[in-house]
Amino acid sequence: MSEISLPESAKHTEHAGHPKKDVHGIKMGMWLFLMTELLLFSGMFLLYSAYRYFYTKEFHEAAMYTHTLFGTVNTMVLLTSSLTMALSITALEKGKKWLSVTFLSSTIALGLGFLVIKYAEWSTEIHEGIYPGSPMLFRHPRGFELFFAMYYLMTGLHGLHVLVGCGLLTVMLIFIVKGKITQEDSVRLEAAGLYWHLIDIIWIFLFPLFYLVN
Amino acid sequence: MEQQTLTEHKGAPTSYGIYVLIWLALMALTAITAVVAGINLAAFTLVIALLIALVKSSLVVNVFMHVKYEDKIFKIFVAIAGGVLSVIFLLTFADVYFRR
Repeated sequence: MSEISLPESAKHTEHAGHPKKDVHGIKMGMWLFLMTELLLFSGMFLLYSAYRYFYTKEFHEAAMYTHTLFGTVNTMVLLTSSLTMALSITALEKGKKWLSVTFLSSTIALGLGFLVIKYAEWSTEIHEGIYPGSPMLFRHPRGFELFFAMYYLMTGLHGLHVLVGCGLLTVMLIFIVKGKITQEDSVRLEAAGLYWHLIDIIWIFLFPLFYLVN
Repeated sequence: MEQQTLTEHKGAPTSYGIYVLIWLALMALTAITAVVAGINLAAFTLVIALLIALVKSSLVVNVFMHVKYEDKIFKIFVAIAGGVLSVIFLLTFADVYFRR
């Protein structure tokens, strides 16, 4: 039964790399996990949409307080980190271990850079008196508070994912250096890469919703 | 046959060039999003921004996340998940809209 439901090529993966490693299964497992992550964020996107529908004008005005420059730079940082992530996998598959390590290190560095920029951004906003429950927000209509509650919740949870991603990629980096992830057995790096790209995708949607309401 | 499926699965590594090309496209789309937001298109601003976000994410899913080069089962899997998500969004939007 399970033999039939497996994709044709999955039966042959045993020939490559680790004798008992099911490459398809590992990737599919990662995708399944990513779908649950997507559901987690979708709930928040739905809430954001509903609030935005009920408080259109306030959301519009509140979004002017977010810093578009921070958002745009961070988008580019994250997109570039996705590029170096993909390049790292290609480099490893071509057998260039140290090039792969360099690309992966750049990915981690860009991820940390993203968090540093995020920190600067949040600091600026908190300094301006914008944080959940702040007196400044209470002086505005209710929609303002909701907008920034969603803003801190969603970018915060996303930032947490970036942090976890950096940790995960650091473990992968150590595995490559120690020779536990190799040209023949690179599926763990690929799975970690999938996670990193999902974080990028979530940011792609957060960016226009919080920074680009003109 | 066995040899063929094996190479199909492992495949040749995706070239650096394709990734760089996709990255350039993503950067260009980000720039376009930022510029379009500056022009006042009223209600269309958000629609355009979200459409561009959809294009960007499909580039990431297909190329960076390798779905384009994977077996059919991955494509079906991603498509079903995307379909379910859009149903959830559509029904919730309908609920919010007609509740008012």
